[in-house]
Amino acid sequence: MKLSPGQQVASAVDGTRMIVVRAPDDDVVLTCGGPAMVDPADAGTGEGGAADPALQDGTLLGKRYTHEGLGLELLCTKPGQGTVAVDGEPLKIKESKPLPASD
Amino acid sequence: MNVTMLLDMAAEGFGDRVVVGGGPDGLTASRLRELAIGGAGEVSAADADAVLYLGVNGPAFPVAMFAAARAGVPLVPVNYRLGRERLDRLLAGHPGAYAIADEDHFEVLRQAGLRARTPAEFLAAAGSGPVGAEEPAETGAPAVVIYTSGTTSEPKGVLLHHRNLVSYVLGSVEFAAAGEDEAALMSVPPYHIAAVSNVLTNLYAGRRFIALPSFSPLGWLETVREQRVTNAMVVPTMLARIMDADGLDRSVPSLRSLAYGGARTPPRVIERALAEWPHVGFVNAYGLTETSSTIAVLGPEEHRAALASGDPAVRARLGSAGRPVPAVELEIRDEAGGVLPSGETGRIWVRGEQVSGQYAGRGPATDERGFFDTRDRGRLDVGGYLFVEGRVDDTIIRGAENIAPAEIEDVLLRHDGVADAVVVGVPDEEWGQRIEAVVVPEPGSDVDVEALREHVRAALRGSRTPDRIACWPELPRTPTGKILRHDVVRGLTGERNAVP
Repeated sequence: MKLSPGQQVASAVDGTRMIVVRAPDDDVVLTCGGPAMVDPADAGTGEGGAADPALQDGTLLGKRYTHEGLGLELLCTKPGQGTVAVDGEPLKIKESKPLPASD
Repeated sequence: MNVTMLLDMAAEGFGDRVVVGGGPDGLTASRLRELAIGGAGEVSAADADAVLYLGVNGPAFPVAMFAAARAGVPLVPVNYRLGRERLDRLLAGHPGAYAIADEDHFEVLRQAGLRARTPAEFLAAAGSGPVGAEEPAETGAPAVVIYTSGTTSEPKGVLLHHRNLVSYVLGSVEFAAAGEDEAALMSVPPYHIAAVSNVLTNLYAGRRFIALPSFSPLGWLETVREQRVTNAMVVPTMLARIMDADGLDRSVPSLRSLAYGGARTPPRVIERALAEWPHVGFVNAYGLTETSSTIAVLGPEEHRAALASGDPAVRARLGSAGRPVPAVELEIRDEAGGVLPSGETGRIWVRGEQVSGQYAGRGPATDERGFFDTRDRGRLDVGGYLFVEGRVDDTIIRGAENIAPAEIEDVLLRHDGVADAVVVGVPDEEWGQRIEAVVVPEPGSDVDVEALREHVRAALRGSRTPDRIACWPELPRTPTGKILRHDVVRGLTGERNAVP
């Protein structure tokens, strides 16, 4: 799917929700717990197959998940059990240095 | 994408943490979310198309913001100090609003056909009224409409969409990054963009925020000490008043970070504050309402590095707005639209998800590449530090020469005994405009205006030397620190001895 900043995506197999912060120009395959992630409106419909027990590393609320090579950054708005991956590669937690509070 | 997502995350991640207010009536993140849902029910039941907030800052303000967001209508914080005529015109644009106001504004609202309730009444209703929908309404309406201060033209309603504000927060703040002991003090009124962004960024960081209903140096200092405030934001005039007030206990042991912005800060004010509070990290922020607050930041280490540097170019960065935030692209362009190299002054253009650049009743104000013209003049130095040099609209045209008041003001402000200064163009039959200045002497100082003119002539050149310099006890400013240049010109051309 083609991602754009601000877009929200949901796991098809658990409660995971992510928001796109930075998106690559090209189409990517974004998955959570195995099956492709979907539009939040289609979440929980059970379409797209079952969770893969080997892909259950989980996500943490408010953490950023990135693939630096692709220039992809997602933010977890609802945590879940599935591993979030792009084109088959699990995303990594981004350690970010916050900007100084300016307001 | 909706700002309510930020509140949902806060309630999920640290629901029991107090995030609004001080003392026993503070609101936890979960309670704030409950009140927002209740408030949205109130707004929806009233079939309102906006939530108008005409009052001082307080706990009702964040509740109103999230209630409006959940109800799918914009929050419109209104300047309660506006003149009656302007206020009437503004209110006439929101006949279907749900109004929250301090009692002394009830009459003006009633005449505009709006029924108002006080912030306390709104909070009570939100806590007991009909419960709003579990999911926020997706209406496409902006999250917030803020009217510009209109120091140079008729106020315009800036439309800040949910995606602008959420992008700003996600681009600037880490979720739950604040320690449990952190508290932020907000001193600007609700109709200032920083008051809006402050609610969102502090909530998302998990930092308790407290609003100062009206600013005074003593009130600010006492609140910082009593509430053990760790982070605060002020406009430069507030910082100057805190530093200048006689006989005050200026100790602020709990304070870790002080952000200032919203107008240019005289160098002596910031140098004085750095010396007074060596334990505090200073943050200078540059941004506009149209850009959802901060687009460039000068951080604490950069302040100290500039102050300690022997290199004049690095030292000068103390007067800069720092570097653009990562989520914003910034270009300096000439009048023809060409991008200028570092060192050259032009117009500041910016692009990014947080940039709205959209006004009520008008088309988009961005160019074909999505860049927004800030109408500020500025330049970048070789290190990428941004120097803001005033509004394009304030440019003085003397003969055929364009003169930026900021350049002359900087020279005046560096002169001993000058506390504040403004330079304006005054209508002139021969030159079109001539340059005049007003300076405010520091308490106990006398300013020799002829010596001051010589000082400018030596630093700049003859054509940039004010034809006349007047001394006033203070400059006319908005409560948020912006100089009212039209009033300065009026004062200089009108009753010369009766101003301000």
